[in-house]
Amino acid sequence: MNIELILFGAFALLTLLSAGTVIFARSPINSAMALVSTFFFLAGLYVLLWAHTVAILQVMVYAGAIMVLFLFVIMLLNLGESPTRGKPTLARLVGGAATVGLLVVLGIVLLKLPGGAPPTMSAATQASFGTMATLGQTIFTQWLLPFEAVSLLLLVAMVGAVVVAKSRI
Amino acid sequence: MVPIPYYLLLAAALFCMGMFGVMVRRNALVVFMCVELMLNAANLTFLAFARMHGDVIGHVSAFFVIAVAASEAAIGLAIVIAVFRSRGSVLVEDLRTMKH
Repeated sequence: MNIELILFGAFALLTLLSAGTVIFARSPINSAMALVSTFFFLAGLYVLLWAHTVAILQVMVYAGAIMVLFLFVIMLLNLGESPTRGKPTLARLVGGAATVGLLVVLGIVLLKLPGGAPPTMSAATQASFGTMATLGQTIFTQWLLPFEAVSLLLLVAMVGAVVVAKSRI
Repeated sequence: MVPIPYYLLLAAALFCMGMFGVMVRRNALVVFMCVELMLNAANLTFLAFARMHGDVIGHVSAFFVIAVAASEAAIGLAIVIAVFRSRGSVLVEDLRTMKH
C-alpha cells in the first residue's frame, strides 16, 4: 500500500459519500453544502492526477462562484424542507432502475480495461505537466478560438440570466 | 501509482449518482446540483485520460467544461427564479405545460 493509493481511496470514498448526501439530503441547503465538499474532494483527486491548475479552478470557480450562486438562489426562494421522494411514479422508478443498469454496464466495461499503473512520463514532461504555464501555452496557441468562444458564451449567459430573471425590462 | 481504471470507475459511479438524482429528485435546484455532479464526473474522466496519455488537451477540455457549467448554472438558476415567480413552486412535477 503506497500513500497515493491510500489518498485515492480516502478521497474516492468521501466524494461518493458527499455525492450521496447531495442526492438524499432533505433540504436544498444541505444538498448545496454536500456539493461544496464533493467539489473539494474532487479537487484532491485532480491533484493526485497532476492537474494542479484544474484543481485550483475547481475550488475557485465551482466551490466558490457557482456554489455562491446556488446558495443565493436557495435563500432567495426561501424554500422549506421538501420530501426527498414523492410518490414513486412509474417514470421515476424506471429512471432509477435505468441508472442502476447503466452503472452495472459501465462497471463491467471499465473492469475489462487493462489495469496497471499509468505509464511514466519523461522527466521534461513530468516537470511541466499540468502547470499553469503549460495549460496557458496550449490554450493560447492551439485553442485560442474556442477560448474566445467560451468568453463570448459566458457573456451571453450573463446577459441572458439578467433578462430571464428580471420581472420587467 | 493509482491505476487509471480506478479513476474511470469512480467517475462512472459519480455520473450514475448524478443521473439518479436527476431522475428521482423533484426539486429543480437539486436536479441542477446533480447535473453539476455529472459534469464533474466528465471532468474526472478527461483528467484521468490526460494523465494516461501525458497530454494537457484533457486539462483544456476540463477547463472548457467548467466554463460551460458556470454559464449553465447562471441560466438554469435564472429560469428557476422566473418559474418560481410565475408559479410559486420549484418542483419539476408542477411544470407540466409551457404556458402560464
